Amino acid sequence: MKTYTFTEKKDTRSGFGAGMAELGRQNPDVVALCADLVASLKLDTFIKENPERFIQCGIAEANMIGVAAGLTLSGLIPYATTFANFGSSRVYDQIRQAVAYSNKNVKICVSHAGLTLGEDGATHQVLEDIGMMKSLPGMTVINPCDFNQTKAATIAIADWDGPVYLRFGRPVVPNFTPTDQPFEIGKAITLTEGNHVSIFATGHLVWQALEAGKLLAEQGVEADIINIHTIKPLDKEAILKSVEKTGCAVTAEEHQMNGGLGDSVAQVLSLNHPAPLEMVAVNDTFGESGTPDQLMEKYGLTAASIVAKALAVIQRKK
Amino acid sequence: MKTTELEKVASQVRRDIVRMVHGVASGHPGGSLGCTDLLVSLYFDVMNLKTDEQGSVVFDMSGSGEDMFFLSNGHISPVLYSVLARRGYFPVSELATFRKLNSRLQGHPATAEHLPGIRIASGSLGQGLSAAAGAAYGKKIRKDPHLVYCLMGDGEQQEGQIWEAAAFIPHRKLDNLIAFVDFNGQQIDGPTDVVLNNRDLGKKYEAFGWNVLHMDGNDLTDVTTTLKKAKQASGKGSPICIIMKTEMGQGVDFMMHTHKWHGTAPNNEQLKAALAQLDESFGDY
Repeated sequence: MKTYTFTEKKDTRSGFGAGMAELGRQNPDVVALCADLVASLKLDTFIKENPERFIQCGIAEANMIGVAAGLTLSGLIPYATTFANFGSSRVYDQIRQAVAYSNKNVKICVSHAGLTLGEDGATHQVLEDIGMMKSLPGMTVINPCDFNQTKAATIAIADWDGPVYLRFGRPVVPNFTPTDQPFEIGKAITLTEGNHVSIFATGHLVWQALEAGKLLAEQGVEADIINIHTIKPLDKEAILKSVEKTGCAVTAEEHQMNGGLGDSVAQVLSLNHPAPLEMVAVNDTFGESGTPDQLMEKYGLTAASIVAKALAVIQRKK
Repeated sequence: MKTTELEKVASQVRRDIVRMVHGVASGHPGGSLGCTDLLVSLYFDVMNLKTDEQGSVVFDMSGSGEDMFFLSNGHISPVLYSVLARRGYFPVSELATFRKLNSRLQGHPATAEHLPGIRIASGSLGQGLSAAAGAAYGKKIRKDPHLVYCLMGDGEQQEGQIWEAAAFIPHRKLDNLIAFVDFNGQQIDGPTDVVLNNRDLGKKYEAFGWNVLHMDGNDLTDVTTTLKKAKQASGKGSPICIIMKTEMGQGVDFMMHTHKWHGTAPNNEQLKAALAQLDESFGDY
């Protein structure tokens, strides 16, 4: 089994900041908007180097989304940034009407998604955003797994014509994606290959899936571990190809079970190739204050949970 | 264009509005009739629009090198559709498809069907001023000296997003933006003062940093004069807001002085009575 190592831990939001810095130098059409969270979004370099292409919107997210939609008319590529909760649930109608229905080339890039936002608690820990965004026609939804992948995704979406929701997070996590790996929207990445179970993970849970893969291997269980960085458009081919081989699957995500990656995979399987499926996700509850590690442990978003679900789903095959 | 000519266009547009709404037994005639004079003035006199060599208007989604108009209170789509068609953006005959299946003329303006003249969907209220702000900001970045116009309803001023945009626009010195509030004092549930009092909208916009003008939106002479004044005031550091007093249902006597015709279609008899008050100056569709 292929193994993965990392040399350092970094936050995915810094990957976004690094991507923006590079985009600022490469693409004169890219503009950044922010709702009073510049430091949290790591926009400092972009702003320093391109002050005329940064638009501070203040704590007024609804207006920020509308301004971004209007900016696209002149061929500019607006990156509207804030925390995931304020860039999704707070402005859902604005995104629906002015961006998705109007098919505007707005990139909604949001940090602090999920439980790993930590101590600020459930008011800020959005766990429903993937569901909201993927149900909008024409919306692309991306949840990269580490610093390098977030940076690559940030750069890649500038060339994608249409609205995008790019979701990343606050804590430092292992950075293992090769720096030179191109980001292909909608193309899943197979990390390890095995015949016993498919593990489809997104975002911070991808590393947990790799850890789970090691633990499973120790028990003689070989897993296909696949990084679904793009939840929509979903790489159905990769999902079906893997499950046709393994016969069962586990999904893992830092999101509600309702509306998340698990839902999307369940739909693909039940419509095309019914197979046992287990989900590692938050189960219809809000989060709470705590350290990221404590929260992931309490809500079961860990390598150990993935292992348990994998062993259970393999049993269901028989 | 002379005021008498604009009046002729306005009369035909008002006929279109009541006929469109009658044709599908739904839609919003009241605010459409009230804002007819403004839209006719903008599209037939005031705005610099992209044209081909023959002088016909050409729709370009980018709006670069021309003035742009945004309708925030999208429910008055009949007046916008009629004015766009009469100005030449699409065939006048298409007005007959308003609100019907497979039409480009959706109940509220939309871009999905690619109707020339529409740049963003509106209908869910309070969003148009932000989009207009983005368009105006884009013109600043692209160094395009043209203007951006945005029409809002007065009931719509109850939406919180309006005030986010109202703060943003002067703060960012978007002095290439001219906004209108259709001050007809009516909304679906009754007089605006009773439903949720907006208080003094002019003073509110002033306090937010706008250059505020007032006009009678149903007097084409006043509209022409005030719009000239507004254009002269643009580019001087502040955005402009025109509080436009109108009468909902203007031009059809039994639709005036009430909120009843906000979103109600006339029946056959009422249509006849309405059309009897409006000259068919350019021929019905």
